[in-house]
Amino acid sequence: MNYLTRRLVTFPVVMLGVSVLVFVSIRLVPGDAITAMLGTEAGLLTPAQRASLETYFGMDQSWFGQYWHWLGGVLQGNLGISVTYGRPVLDVILRVFPLTLELALLSMIVALAVGLPAGVYAATHAERPSDLIVRIVAMVGQSTPSFVVALLAIYALSVWFGVLPAMGTFTPLWEDPLKNLAQMILPALTLGFAFAAAVTRISRSAMLDILSDDYIRTARAKGVPARSVIWHHALPNALIPVVTVSGVEFGYLLGGAVIVEQVFALPGLGRTVLDAILQRDYALVQGACCSSRLIS
Amino acid sequence: MTLLRSIFAHPSGRIGGTIVALYLIIAIMGLVGLTPHDPLMQFRIDRLHAPSATYWMGTDLLGRDVASRLMIGIAQSFIVSFASVALATVLGIVLGLTAAWFGSYWDGTIMRAMDVLLAFPAILLALLIITIVGPGTWTSVMAIAFVYTPIFTRVVRGPALSLKTREFVDAARTFGSSRTYILSRHMLLNLVAPLTVQVTLALAWALLTEAGLSFLGLGTQPPQASLGLMLSEARNLMEMAPWLLVFPAFAIMIGILGFNLLGDALRDILDPRSRGAVA
Repeated sequence: MNYLTRRLVTFPVVMLGVSVLVFVSIRLVPGDAITAMLGTEAGLLTPAQRASLETYFGMDQSWFGQYWHWLGGVLQGNLGISVTYGRPVLDVILRVFPLTLELALLSMIVALAVGLPAGVYAATHAERPSDLIVRIVAMVGQSTPSFVVALLAIYALSVWFGVLPAMGTFTPLWEDPLKNLAQMILPALTLGFAFAAAVTRISRSAMLDILSDDYIRTARAKGVPARSVIWHHALPNALIPVVTVSGVEFGYLLGGAVIVEQVFALPGLGRTVLDAILQRDYALVQGACCSSRLIS
Repeated sequence: MTLLRSIFAHPSGRIGGTIVALYLIIAIMGLVGLTPHDPLMQFRIDRLHAPSATYWMGTDLLGRDVASRLMIGIAQSFIVSFASVALATVLGIVLGLTAAWFGSYWDGTIMRAMDVLLAFPAILLALLIITIVGPGTWTSVMAIAFVYTPIFTRVVRGPALSLKTREFVDAARTFGSSRTYILSRHMLLNLVAPLTVQVTLALAWALLTEAGLSFLGLGTQPPQASLGLMLSEARNLMEMAPWLLVFPAFAIMIGILGFNLLGDALRDILDPRSRGAVA
């Protein structure tokens, strides 16, 4: 079997494993969804009311029954009902997902816009002080947790410029693009920072490898201008590992958004999953974890 | 000894090694109580005191000495990271070696299970485990170990598969060496180099994850100190008391940087093939 077929065959198996793992683990969390939803009022429920709620959310069935029911629903495009939102899980996910996707895309743009030129610059100035500086900055970037970048950025903004990032009510992109971008720029820079560091390191090493290739020497010997050698001959080939890593990292960006969304109070997928875990919203955790896996 | 010398001959090894050694000393001093003040003592009159001769890094909202808390915070973060990476390494060695050795269904089962675990964003998986067991130091250790086990399993399984077919393993088998002996002496000893590199880099990630979990309030619990927790406490006070933010933030950054630099140096030294691959 070639690589692609093997991946295609194992993919459903892995997805099934992911769904079983999430299903079992979220049910191992102490406390039940009804208590988490109603809080202290749950104590006031009569046994009959509780039983009807349990039937409504399918909690009266065995774990196996619940899982089977859920899986059957998924195959028909029904991910169940979220207890906390009182709406279909798919609805909730589709509503919060665009924000996370936008955040991930913006961070990727930031990362490529900063990382790629920095990497190329470092490779063409290898072993010079400027190369060393780029490498140190990249190393520091990879070593800094996103929430540390976020906090330092908020602090620097508020102290030096006297402005605070617009938090609180969030404006979707399609309502007011400018306002939305103003809200997203700091989270995107934060999330893109570590990613930019990774892109810098990879593009630098890929460029270094390629710049010592024979065809580059040939191009130089032919008298192709240095700028053209770098941007037209070397860079397209150096982009291959960068694209691969960006693809992999993009999946992580979608997941890694949890903390950044939390710090900047953005209602995205990561924050929704975090809340759903804390609220024991079984169906939502299940649906969100599996769909975020499906996308990445 | 030779390894130590090579580390210090390598530029990033020198910096990384020094940082890690320094942090270890600070952590040990914090653990044995050699802190400037009692980290839990609340100096009520000196609440939110700026850095001074008495309080080198100032005091927090409850009047606790930030420098002392930073020291035990580093110790706490190190304990969690070291314990979780140790656990992940042992699990990874056992799973990876047996997967490579027995092959067929056992290998398939283990590696698909690892794929499932790897499919999750690290922080989400850790969150899920912590909500099941309840937050705390040892839960974070378990959660972080669980998250990084698949990586170690993969790091061990790959080279183990090729080692398994080497002549010296066949020779050991014909001598009648037991399976455990072959696995632990012949196979494992040859995996020490890639494992050392992985362990160092994993320590950097573990520090990062631990800080993230504590920051979300799911790791180390107050009144204990950990770097992530200190930052989360500093969040609402940073304009009034920037020292609460700046010191722990840089402590985390520099610590992780140390392990990353050391890991890079070790990779260059122990794995000549990848020399300069990602510089």
